[in-house]
Amino acid sequence: MEGGATYVSDLGNLKATELRLGLPGTDAPEKPTPENPRGSKRALLEANEEFRGKSKSPEADPNGQEAAPMAKAQVVGWPPIRSYRKNSFQARKAEAEGAGLLVKVSMDGAPYLRKIDLKVYKGYKELGEALENLFKCFSLGELSGMEGCNGSEYAITYEDKDGDWMLVGDVPWEMFISSCKRLRIMTGSEARGMRSSP
Amino acid sequence: MRRERCDMSEVEGGERGGAGGGDGAGDGVADAPPPFSDRVLENVLENVLQFLSSPRDRNAASLVCRSWYRAEAQTRRELFIGNCYAVSPRRATERFRCIRAVVLKGKPRFADFNLVPSNWGAHFHPWVSTMAAAYPWLEKLCLKRISVADGDLSLLAHSFPNFKELSLICCEGFGTAGLAIIAEKCRHLRVLDLIEDCVEDEEDETVDWISRFPGTTTSLESLGFDCVGSAVNFEALEALVARSPALRWLRVNHHVSVEQLRRLMARAPQLTHLGTGSFGSAAAAAPLLQGGGSSVEDLAWTFAASKSLVCLSGFRDVEPHYLPAIHPVCANLTSLNFSFAEVTAEELEPVIRRCHNLQNFWVLDTVGDEGLQAVAATCKDLRELKVFPLDPREDSEGSVSDVGLIAISEGCRKLRSILYFCQQMTNAAVITMSQNCQDLVVFRLCIMGRRRPDHWTGEPMDEGFGAIVMNCKKLRRLAVSGLLTDKAFAYIGEYGKLVRTLSVAFAGNSDLGLRYVLEGCNKLQKLEIRDSPFGDSALLSGLHHYYNMRFVWMSSCKLSPRGCKVVAQMLPLLVVEVIRDRDEDHDNEAVSKLYMYRSLAGSRNDAPSFVEIL
Repeated sequence: MEGGATYVSDLGNLKATELRLGLPGTDAPEKPTPENPRGSKRALLEANEEFRGKSKSPEADPNGQEAAPMAKAQVVGWPPIRSYRKNSFQARKAEAEGAGLLVKVSMDGAPYLRKIDLKVYKGYKELGEALENLFKCFSLGELSGMEGCNGSEYAITYEDKDGDWMLVGDVPWEMFISSCKRLRIMTGSEARGMRSSP
Repeated sequence: MRRERCDMSEVEGGERGGAGGGDGAGDGVADAPPPFSDRVLENVLENVLQFLSSPRDRNAASLVCRSWYRAEAQTRRELFIGNCYAVSPRRATERFRCIRAVVLKGKPRFADFNLVPSNWGAHFHPWVSTMAAAYPWLEKLCLKRISVADGDLSLLAHSFPNFKELSLICCEGFGTAGLAIIAEKCRHLRVLDLIEDCVEDEEDETVDWISRFPGTTTSLESLGFDCVGSAVNFEALEALVARSPALRWLRVNHHVSVEQLRRLMARAPQLTHLGTGSFGSAAAAAPLLQGGGSSVEDLAWTFAASKSLVCLSGFRDVEPHYLPAIHPVCANLTSLNFSFAEVTAEELEPVIRRCHNLQNFWVLDTVGDEGLQAVAATCKDLRELKVFPLDPREDSEGSVSDVGLIAISEGCRKLRSILYFCQQMTNAAVITMSQNCQDLVVFRLCIMGRRRPDHWTGEPMDEGFGAIVMNCKKLRRLAVSGLLTDKAFAYIGEYGKLVRTLSVAFAGNSDLGLRYVLEGCNKLQKLEIRDSPFGDSALLSGLHHYYNMRFVWMSSCKLSPRGCKVVAQMLPLLVVEVIRDRDEDHDNEAVSKLYMYRSLAGSRNDAPSFVEIL
């Protein structure tokens, strides 16, 4: 009996003789990898944790049981609020929080781009003034892509939803901000070409 | 809030007698004409039966004998189909020949929460094409969670010359083009109610449907389009309202500013139900209108002139300084929907303090417990309360809590229906409500954090929900949440004898939980469960009851294809659908979504590839 007990305790002590990397005294607990046939989904779930609250269509939590109460990943359809209601608020929230419509603005020849919030401006005039301010340091002179004045050789263009580059100022302001993805201030001959067309 | 037309029971009640094998009268085989005296009896019966309106009564009458079955079928005017796949359009139209009004429901409710993949089914087309031939005198149609295409609306408009009322609730698939056809062709239209539908147009294809209503005086009584995302032609709308003297219900969308609302109200002072659109000034949105914004006094004057208003909704982009304008009508209000209005308790108080007669109140949790206390202090006649979260995420800041719930229970003793979203709750508060509000018929508590326990005691929420089923003896609909063990379900099974609808999410420990419910709740008709550890043996414990139910939904539980297959084999009249998510492995052992329902129509022939019918 006693021998047996010693044997068992010897087994228990085997761990002490185990060869492991790491300083003595550090006992890295073995992490059991859970048997999960949907391993890829788990990875997605964890990645989704970083997008908590921002993603509009969250990954489904494939197995509710595995998600610990601390898991913050958003689950499909929870809380049970109709998308009708969610959408009503999302649109408004974006406006209210000023998350707005951030678009990149590039200018030919400038070493870096800027970013502006289109929702902040009430119309093309204000946008023009803002862009002037932004790129003042590159000595633009008066930005007049919209006004059509002959002051400078710049044209303000934007990339729309279809990927086409359009001259800013043709369509109503509301329509413009809903389809504008990015802005580009064109210079030189290209600009002349764009502006001279009716 | 919306007129609950779907208050009736089902045609299946009568059909079951036919389906059971005993009475073959429902099979569409022509019977020999009855002898003379029987015919007299049938005529007499028809004259009597035409006064029976409740489908439950009618279903019962139809089971008495063949004579009554025939007479009832001839005199039924309203057809209620709780599940569009439970019976085929052909069969329904063959039995009931003189229908004037149809209510048709489609997708399971969890489709509202993106749990049902799009294109799952519930198409209107087979129904409208069959009815077009069978019911030329159709007057009313109410569709809920049905997929409706513009073409279907066109067929409707062209097939029913006497068409009067269309209500679409939580439907999708149509756009403004379909609405235009309805407006133009349905010359006797009285009701066009669009409630929480997804009305989507292709880019740049929005149609000016409001302008398509007949240019003469219309018979419109109710027009609701608050869910339509695109702006309507306001001048046309104003003119339409002006030539619709019977208009009593008007619900506009958020593109209508408070200035425009004033103009509409001036045209229609006889309105009883008003959806106010944005309730914000256009002046803020468009600088050109600066200086033209409505003053609160002007607006209040307009409201004071609308002496018949009993129901207000809308307030989509409400500017709080306009709220006092509704004070003149508050005392008459029986329904108030503030569920899109981000108002604080301070902003709510002056309004709610005047609403002595309020019976239905929907609100956002931005009003907090304090706002609910104000409600409790005044609204002694409150029957229905819905508190929605502004931020519908499970880890957001909670604004209402057990405090608000207790306050409501103490102030609003006549409460019958409550839907309450919160971040945390206590058993004590729920128990208090169960004791104070014994008239509760609907209790839906959504603790948004999954499996969250009582935040005082750390205990599961079993005792709270147990008290609800024990004390609220009229309870018919229950939705549970928070940390729940099988014990909660034991309570529900033991005491929830009248419960017809049960919604469960992230709850229970084992198969026992579901067994308690299936064995105890003998009036259960609709069961929807998600993410709970119920498996095959629990599913099989309900075999005795599934034919009595409209549907069972179970997603992300512990069901296997084998277990579901057994159910399908044991119950041939049950359609057992296994729905796969798009990115799911096909050799997956677990059933991710089960949807099963009784049906006389057998397996549907329009099931998409991701639906397997066992």
